[in-house]
Amino acid sequence: MTPIIFAELEQITGKDGILHTPEDLAVYSYDGTFAEHRPDVVVLPRTTEQVSQIVKLAARERIPLVTRGMGSGLAAASVPFIGGITLSMTRMNRILEIDEANATVRTEAGVVTADLQTAVELVGLFYPPDPSSIRHSTIGGNIACNAGGPRCLKYGVTGDYVLGLTVVLADGRILNSGGKLIKDVVGYDLNALFTGSEGTLGIITEAILRLVAKPKFARTALVEFSALDDSSRTVNAILSAGIVPATIELMDETAIACIEESLHLGLPLDVEATLLIETDGTDEDCVLREIEAIAKICRDCGARQVKVAKSEAERSNLWKARRSVSPALARKAPNKLGEDITVPRTAIPEAIRQLKAVSVKYGLPIVIFGHAGDGNLHPNILFDKRDPEQWKKVEQMVAEEFEIALRLGGTLSGEHGVGALKRPYIGNALGEVSIDIQKRIKAALDPLNVLNPGKVLPD
Amino acid sequence: MKSSPHRPDESQYLNCIRCGLCLSVCPTYREYLSETASPRGRTALARKGLEGELELSPNLIEQMYSCFACMACNDACPVGIRPADLAVGMRQVQEQNQPAEWKQTLFGGLIPKPGRMELATLPLRLYEQLGLRRVLYTLGLRKVLPPRMRDMEAMLPRLPQRPLRQVLPEVTEAKGKNRNQVGFFLGCAQSLMFADESSATVRVLARNGSTVITPKETVCCGMPAAGYGRQDLVMEQAQHNIALYEQADVETIITDCATCGSTLKEYGHLLKNDPDWAERADVFSKKVRDVSEFLMSIPLEKPQGRIEARVTYHDPCHLRRGQGVWKQPREILKMIDGIDFIDLPEADWCCGSAGSQLITHYGTSLKVLGRKMDNLENSQAEYIASGCPGCQMQLNVGIRQRGLDVQVVHPIELLDRAYTQ
Repeated sequence: MTPIIFAELEQITGKDGILHTPEDLAVYSYDGTFAEHRPDVVVLPRTTEQVSQIVKLAARERIPLVTRGMGSGLAAASVPFIGGITLSMTRMNRILEIDEANATVRTEAGVVTADLQTAVELVGLFYPPDPSSIRHSTIGGNIACNAGGPRCLKYGVTGDYVLGLTVVLADGRILNSGGKLIKDVVGYDLNALFTGSEGTLGIITEAILRLVAKPKFARTALVEFSALDDSSRTVNAILSAGIVPATIELMDETAIACIEESLHLGLPLDVEATLLIETDGTDEDCVLREIEAIAKICRDCGARQVKVAKSEAERSNLWKARRSVSPALARKAPNKLGEDITVPRTAIPEAIRQLKAVSVKYGLPIVIFGHAGDGNLHPNILFDKRDPEQWKKVEQMVAEEFEIALRLGGTLSGEHGVGALKRPYIGNALGEVSIDIQKRIKAALDPLNVLNPGKVLPD
Repeated sequence: MKSSPHRPDESQYLNCIRCGLCLSVCPTYREYLSETASPRGRTALARKGLEGELELSPNLIEQMYSCFACMACNDACPVGIRPADLAVGMRQVQEQNQPAEWKQTLFGGLIPKPGRMELATLPLRLYEQLGLRRVLYTLGLRKVLPPRMRDMEAMLPRLPQRPLRQVLPEVTEAKGKNRNQVGFFLGCAQSLMFADESSATVRVLARNGSTVITPKETVCCGMPAAGYGRQDLVMEQAQHNIALYEQADVETIITDCATCGSTLKEYGHLLKNDPDWAERADVFSKKVRDVSEFLMSIPLEKPQGRIEARVTYHDPCHLRRGQGVWKQPREILKMIDGIDFIDLPEADWCCGSAGSQLITHYGTSLKVLGRKMDNLENSQAEYIASGCPGCQMQLNVGIRQRGLDVQVVHPIELLDRAYTQ
């Protein structure tokens, strides 16, 4: 990276849009994982036009360009392993238009997802996707990774809300796809192509998102099980009964113990599993009837106890518990590696049994929680990366976790994405034909391999 | 790097999982939207600096000073990392490696010497008393000051004629039936600048049955020195204050300054490894109460007077997060008839004062203040109450900048007014 390039970048964004002291580069070397590598320069653009100019410069000079939002990703997708330009979208944070009549919002990529939700809820609308990182991740990052969250069971994932995108392509051209349209079958679905592309096909700078009416009522129950199998059976029984709760979240005994240790909420410590189930809607009676019906199904399936939150405070405590699982684990060990394998939901009990067996085999704890309703599990290995022995084991354990998922008809990742960490396993998951097609798509859109090189697809 | 006894140990950063949750509550991140200005970034820099991966360069240390130490990240961290404490700890590492002479003079020679402080601030009192300040305002001369000077000037409250330390009696007898005897810790800023507030505090305490003992030889609580990496001086000041209050026969030590309170309550922790002082410091710290905390723990007289005003409240970081006190001042304000209490949105976000950030980080401080002022302006409050001299000065800067018609008060001042009306 030459001084001339720094000067050119500075011309595009202004002096305050360029960071390259050793300290700046050090803090842009990581995301939400343990992986690290420094970029050569960090650029913080404020407009799509600036992004376009930066990409043109990167393409001309063949400088790798890695896009990131708030750096909460869990697959090292935004770690610049071969240096180059890190493009931080955090300053493109304006909500451009909330269209109440069409129930859409047009927003820049750097808006924090929780801020977007708050803004649309002020006018009675609702943006449902709710990744745990909702307060510290951006809409652009959510779209680029097709983020999920607990509510996806009823409402679907981020991609289900993307109606339109503004994308800067690898040659600097600006693509506008879709619009404020619910139905649109003209041409290939480019929104879907860029959603989940993890910065490898283009840079999402703006989005038009679909909104729904805000549910007015919610009821939440914490269900305790003495046997893990019963909890899994319960999930299927509820969904087969024709009830679609907003969420069905599973936490195993270790997860519960970790939360209780850090939050002291009075959670049961002598259970094998708990389910956190929420129903929501616009009719209070209906929401209540649903949670009561669910409670009955739970008891019939062997639940030891069903506690329905009596107040908003109780409800928010339960969710606080669920959201804090992942970080609470970090109190146990310096490092944790959380995967997000997905299996058909009937295979959940078998998946959990096999994951526990992996833990026993290698002697490192695996804590399991996740979105049981849609078969998306988060097995978290707890370890200390400074111990090379442990790290070697972790690598083997992860490989076995993925094998389990694939064997049971599942896949590597439900919501975190592939990034760099799952890249070695993607061939097994997708097969030759799929990989071949995907490589051609990448080559067609980014022939110079400038955008987030070395991520997602194998070489 | 030479090893030092006060190096933050690895438990202060090792388990940071880099989730990024702290970014969502950090006032400097919110303004700059850059990782370098975030708690996660500072934690990473501290770790890399301590482990030798990065030099402890001036820029790295500057990132530690750019933290406002509002402690919002400490509260938010699900793992229990305290990034704000780590940033302050790193300042200490720097002071041990490369001591700055001026800090010795300022935090060792001036601030802990009440007499010298009173002398040093005399010109400010004269400026007020000789009418120079009124002239400046009436003739509109304030506008010709450069903006930065104008903001510094605007920090000043209406200054007392004499420091309260020289005026307040050592013993203020309880009114009516004497129920208890309390110590009052008169802070430097309160004595030198906000004497009216602390006079009100003492009146309110006496009215509610406390005989108030105010030792005059107290020295600075130590927060300024702590903020600049001189923990050694804080310890000296702590020992002086602890010994002083051991002479007074009091079960409770009250302060009406959020910053003093949070520091005094930390003495026990600060001196826990000093066999001579650990227990004495612990006993001292356990006696310390913020005035609102104390008043809401006793049968407080309901004021008869009315104050017809829209009043809002700003949480000082050192009170809400430093001491976990946030309900009590609101309850006191709501007790007063006539007050229309308005919840300030983001009331617990830092105002940007953070001690001396307006002076050392002028631009950032004003940005953080700007958000507070937007919220204040939208609230349409006529009074904003906050029991912290730093916050009050900062709020005054914002209010004068925007020409708002809002009075900055200590909550106890309003209670005192409702009693005496």
